[in-house]
Amino acid sequence: MNNALRTYFWRGSFAIIMLVALYATFVRFYYGLGASTNLSDQFPWGIWVGFDVLCGVGLAAGGFTLAAIVHIFNLKAYKAVVRPAILTAFLGYLLVTVALMFDLGRPYRVWHPLIMWNPRSVMFEVGWCVTLYTSVLFLEFLPMVLEKLGLVKAHRVLKNVMLPIIILGVILSTLHQSSLGSVFLILPTKLHPLWYSPLLPVLFYVSAIATGLAMTIFESWHSAKAFGRQLEFPLVQKMTRVLAVVIAVYLTMRFLDLYHRGALSTLNNPGWERWLFGLEIVLMAVPMLMFFRERTRENPQAIYVGTVLFLLGFVTHRLNVSVTGLEASSGVHYVPKWTEISVTLAMVAFGFFVFRMAAHYLPVFEAEEHQPVPEVPVLEDRAYAHSLARGD
Amino acid sequence: MSKAILYDSTLCVGCRQCEEACSTRWKLPYNEKIAAEEKISSHKLTTIRTFGEKFSRKLCMHCQDPACASVCPVAALQKTAAGPVVYDEDRCMGCRYCMVACPFQVPTYEWEARLPKVRKCDMCSDRVPGGGVTRCSEACAYGATITGNRDELIAEARKRIADKPKDYYPKIYGVEEVGGTSVLILASVPFDQIGYNTKVIKTALPALTWNALQHVPDVVVMGSVLMGGIHWISHRKEEVARKEGRS
Ligand code: SF4
Ligand code: SF4
Ligand code: SF4
Repeated sequence: MNNALRTYFWRGSFAIIMLVALYATFVRFYYGLGASTNLSDQFPWGIWVGFDVLCGVGLAAGGFTLAAIVHIFNLKAYKAVVRPAILTAFLGYLLVTVALMFDLGRPYRVWHPLIMWNPRSVMFEVGWCVTLYTSVLFLEFLPMVLEKLGLVKAHRVLKNVMLPIIILGVILSTLHQSSLGSVFLILPTKLHPLWYSPLLPVLFYVSAIATGLAMTIFESWHSAKAFGRQLEFPLVQKMTRVLAVVIAVYLTMRFLDLYHRGALSTLNNPGWERWLFGLEIVLMAVPMLMFFRERTRENPQAIYVGTVLFLLGFVTHRLNVSVTGLEASSGVHYVPKWTEISVTLAMVAFGFFVFRMAAHYLPVFEAEEHQPVPEVPVLEDRAYAHSLARGD
Repeated sequence: MSKAILYDSTLCVGCRQCEEACSTRWKLPYNEKIAAEEKISSHKLTTIRTFGEKFSRKLCMHCQDPACASVCPVAALQKTAAGPVVYDEDRCMGCRYCMVACPFQVPTYEWEARLPKVRKCDMCSDRVPGGGVTRCSEACAYGATITGNRDELIAEARKRIADKPKDYYPKIYGVEEVGGTSVLILASVPFDQIGYNTKVIKTALPALTWNALQHVPDVVVMGSVLMGGIHWISHRKEEVARKEGRS
């Protein structure tokens, strides 16, 4: 396919997805949830919660992961990818909020948890954290805009207060990324034993960190394709190593937990749960093994494939916890309606679109050129270089 | 003194007077078709279910420590001291977490409405706290559903089992289930044979979430210290360099 054709193809698909979603939106808000979803009293949450919200928040975890790596751990090598990660996170959270509007029965009351408190509710805590963290992300994203507009002074002011903001962001993320797992702790008998675990918050947290890294690799690859830029390849290679280790930690925890709870014996039971479980594990274990091999890490294509496999594994896990793992106890079979799929698809497509736009118009990828060393003034950096040159 | 409902399925004849009384209370339509539905929904908050010759009744269990109330992010559901678990529709934002969390699959939703509400039995919270009985108890001509103080009803149920051990399965459903409920049930056969969920855990569910949630303050404090510390250590090189550069 030549380039022009490809562009037409993507633009056409995008337009179709958006048009269908527009109609789906009408159905949702005019006729209500009953007409626009296959949800029922037995099955009140579907893919709008399972994918749009639960996976959406996880897929946006790169923002806090990389902010921590770069600004807290001071691993300078990762600086080149911190901005795209923050941008994705910011967009991700905005999209999650939009998706939530579709799912809530009374979306105009989305702010209620801010004034009507129930501190015993995980959802209450998640609501607060997500609201605050989205504001934090806005502040973390703001420098890109200020730079673009050449507002040097505001930029400097913001930079001076960035550290506490970043720490706050990491804490808020730790809280709600794990709490999304805690949401399901109340379902000891409803959620299938392959997925119910007291460790759910920890598993969700660790898998979110892995996904943050994976999404960053995924984006680097895409932006490299889109803007003809050289992939920061040594950096990507480094990230794949880290990713492999995080997945290994995650899978070890996952299996220890299953083993100690005696849940592995349920794999003998008939039913499709075990196949979905197998799929989820394979989609995570294969990329992990791939990334541990030097051969894979030398091949951008292989890295990309591995990353996509892992992301699919992550999505499978979250859908298993929030949708498929609840089917058996609910007594009904849930298949999303076209409207649900259409809205979800539109969220993903829209995310891609806005990211590309932002990456095109804002100094997302060229942070180094605009801002030689974001958090250390140039002078100090020179001093550091001197000290390095002197050999200490 | 907390109130409760005792439903004795061995006395129930399946006349569905309780269903009709409940629908009247909620100003919901009731007819033969709805009577035959045998499941609770936003237009039928209690139902009789048929199991061969036997009947059982489903309504909100009014748990002592209800999962639905603990998960609701806006505290729209509340366990009242008198016993009923009540719903405030003005708070509800429609997240349906209560429906997901309820171990008995009780709360239902007005799926067809543009601005839907959650619907469930409220144990006639306009009558019971003042010492009245529920509409469904009032309507039951066979004494199968009665309202009273929870401890007295438990004593009564125990007495019935002791008096006629042949007629009863020797357990009261609702004493231990999810840490206790304000609806108590008696049956002649094991409860799962007439549609009751016997797999629910025997302790209150909200404790499970609290195990995780209680760590939130610790995470905030530890996280701040840890990250501040790591930042300090990881940026020390630059600090030293800055000082040396100045001197
Ligand atoms: S039975 Fe369900 S809806 Fe009723 S109080 Fe218990 S948790 Fe809430
Ligand atoms: S649907 Fe309404 S009552 Fe139920 S948990 Fe959500 S806000 Fe609370
Ligand atoms: S207690 Fe009241 S609301 Fe509940 S089922 Fe009986 S009549 Fe209906």
